[in-house]
Amino acid sequence: MMPDMLTSSLSIAAPELILSVGAMILLMIGVFMGEKSSQTVTGLSVAVIIIAALWLILITPLGTGFGGSFVLDPFARFMKILVLVGSAAAVVMSVGFAESERFNRFEFPVLVLLSTTGMMMMVSAGDMIALYLGLELQSLAIYVLAAINRDSVRSTEAGLKYFVLGALSSGMLLYGASMVYGFTGHIEFTAIARVAAESGSSLGLVVGIVFVLAGLAFKISAVPFHMWTPDVYEGAPTPITAFLAGAPKVAAMALLTRFTVQGFEPLSDQWQQVIVFISIASMVFGAFAAIGQHNIKRLMAYSSIAHMGYALVGLAPASVEGVRGVILYMTIYLVMTLGTFAVILAMRRRDGMVEEIDDLAGLSQTNPVMAVFLSVMMLSLAGLPPLAGFIAKYFVFMAAVQAGLWPLAIIGVLASVVGLYYYLRLVKVMWFDEPAEAFVPMAIELRAVLWVTGLIVFPLYIFVGGPIFAAAEAAAKTFF
Amino acid sequence: MLGLQAFFFYIFAFIAVGGALMVVFARNPVHSVLFLILTFVAAAGLFLLAGAEFLALILIVVYVGAVAILFLFVVMMLDLDLAQAKKGALKYAPFGLIIGLVLLAELVVAGTGSVYQPELAKSTALPMPPLYEMSNIRALGSVLYTRYILFFQLAGLILFVAMVGAIVLTLRHKQGLKRQSIPAQVGRTPATAIEIRKVESGRGI
Repeated sequence: MMPDMLTSSLSIAAPELILSVGAMILLMIGVFMGEKSSQTVTGLSVAVIIIAALWLILITPLGTGFGGSFVLDPFARFMKILVLVGSAAAVVMSVGFAESERFNRFEFPVLVLLSTTGMMMMVSAGDMIALYLGLELQSLAIYVLAAINRDSVRSTEAGLKYFVLGALSSGMLLYGASMVYGFTGHIEFTAIARVAAESGSSLGLVVGIVFVLAGLAFKISAVPFHMWTPDVYEGAPTPITAFLAGAPKVAAMALLTRFTVQGFEPLSDQWQQVIVFISIASMVFGAFAAIGQHNIKRLMAYSSIAHMGYALVGLAPASVEGVRGVILYMTIYLVMTLGTFAVILAMRRRDGMVEEIDDLAGLSQTNPVMAVFLSVMMLSLAGLPPLAGFIAKYFVFMAAVQAGLWPLAIIGVLASVVGLYYYLRLVKVMWFDEPAEAFVPMAIELRAVLWVTGLIVFPLYIFVGGPIFAAAEAAAKTFF
Repeated sequence: MLGLQAFFFYIFAFIAVGGALMVVFARNPVHSVLFLILTFVAAAGLFLLAGAEFLALILIVVYVGAVAILFLFVVMMLDLDLAQAKKGALKYAPFGLIIGLVLLAELVVAGTGSVYQPELAKSTALPMPPLYEMSNIRALGSVLYTRYILFFQLAGLILFVAMVGAIVLTLRHKQGLKRQSIPAQVGRTPATAIEIRKVESGRGI
């Protein structure tokens, strides 16, 4: 590669460079200033993410770099912006928690930055090696984050469980990738698509696709690879759960979309069955398993499993409408998740954090603003019109119907009716139960996140929806 | 010339086989590990003879330099009772034999497959350009920092995360731990370090 080609590659990957170099500088600041630096490092890491996002939007040119390993197309740019928003919001929301729980670890924002770098590499992966390395960078940082509260048994258990099962899924993914390489002779997605179109499917190639899909399904916690999700969500410190529920899911879904739609578009009838199966299983399992939950973080874990199922509905048709639906679904899912976790992080009494659903009893009387926003979030997660969650579901189901996948859409609608039950139960607890002890007032940064996300869910999405829809449409068209 | 190569091949091969046997038969586990190191070094010599100098160096640096030393630490730290461990060894001998035979069969198939099916030889990824034009290390270096710079750097970032993670999860700042402070040591003067006392004979301080 000539030096000028390297320069152009680096200019495409500039946001990732900003993040990784920023993470190293912040780590140095943290090491030299000691434990008291955690607030400085947190603030600076948000600044680094914002700089990377602005650089990505305003300066970075579209194109491919590093010999095709790194792709920045409209799809990648859209998903990267989502990832950066999710990470920045998670870091911002951790400030109050760090103060109240004496959780002063400057490594937390540094690891979030490194994990975000991995997610951006995943979104931009143009071949199998970049896919795997990005995924590992993202996951490894998150394993550490899940266990970062090392004196808590539940946190270490969460980290260990996530690590062991994550290593297993990496093994499956690598095995699948080796099969794909063996049967196509290529690692670049575009070259794989060319070979797949020329020579059709073979047994080995299908085995490879299925194993890679299994590895990726683990990362988005789709059934049957969901077992880790409730324990990790419950055990990890809450700001980390808020991070875990948002950005990594977006990145893994983007990777799954690129792998299936860009790499294996000619074999869509082969992988479609797998996607349809895990989609139905996730929707149904998520809806039923959440009913019996008492812990709101576990509830959100099952809710996220179900939501990944709904998002996969859009992936199954392998059409422009479907991919557009996936992009819009992940956007709205991210907003709803961040809003809900802003409330969960505000569930703090004088004697510490609480996370039982019953602790929300009578919230409408003790803190009406929080209750209104959480109700809006819950109803939107359930998919009731006219909230944003309904729009998200509408687009993926419409794409499935247009492709003739009627059963998928019908099962999806039925599952969301079941899901409505447990979301409504939360609303009922907040509005009709006897008030429990009031929470301490919400921290300013949580309030900011809650107001922004709440207003986007309703009614702001009507106004900002147009440009986002157009951008998602343009992003989806990159594959077709 | 070929005679010299064959001579060294047999030397390294005998050392490797003998070392491997001694790993199993040595009574002292520390000796076992030392024979393991000998086997690694001999295998590195064999790699060198085959023209795979990169593998040879990696074997020395990674296996001898890191893995075997780690083994040595583990063996010396754990007080192993080898006689106790060897009691049930005969029970597992059939399994070991089966696994060994399977490995042998795989090696035979891998080594002789191209004799029976000539097209197999073409399908293996041959190093480009051929060995006599460019050495292994040079070939790796010419793509590692150019075509695969992204992967190389990403792998570096992953190792960085692993290092940060290990420190985050295990380092504890203990209270009252005595640490060496070189500036404080250098900055000492006789005035602060030495105290002169007049001691009367027959009495202590």
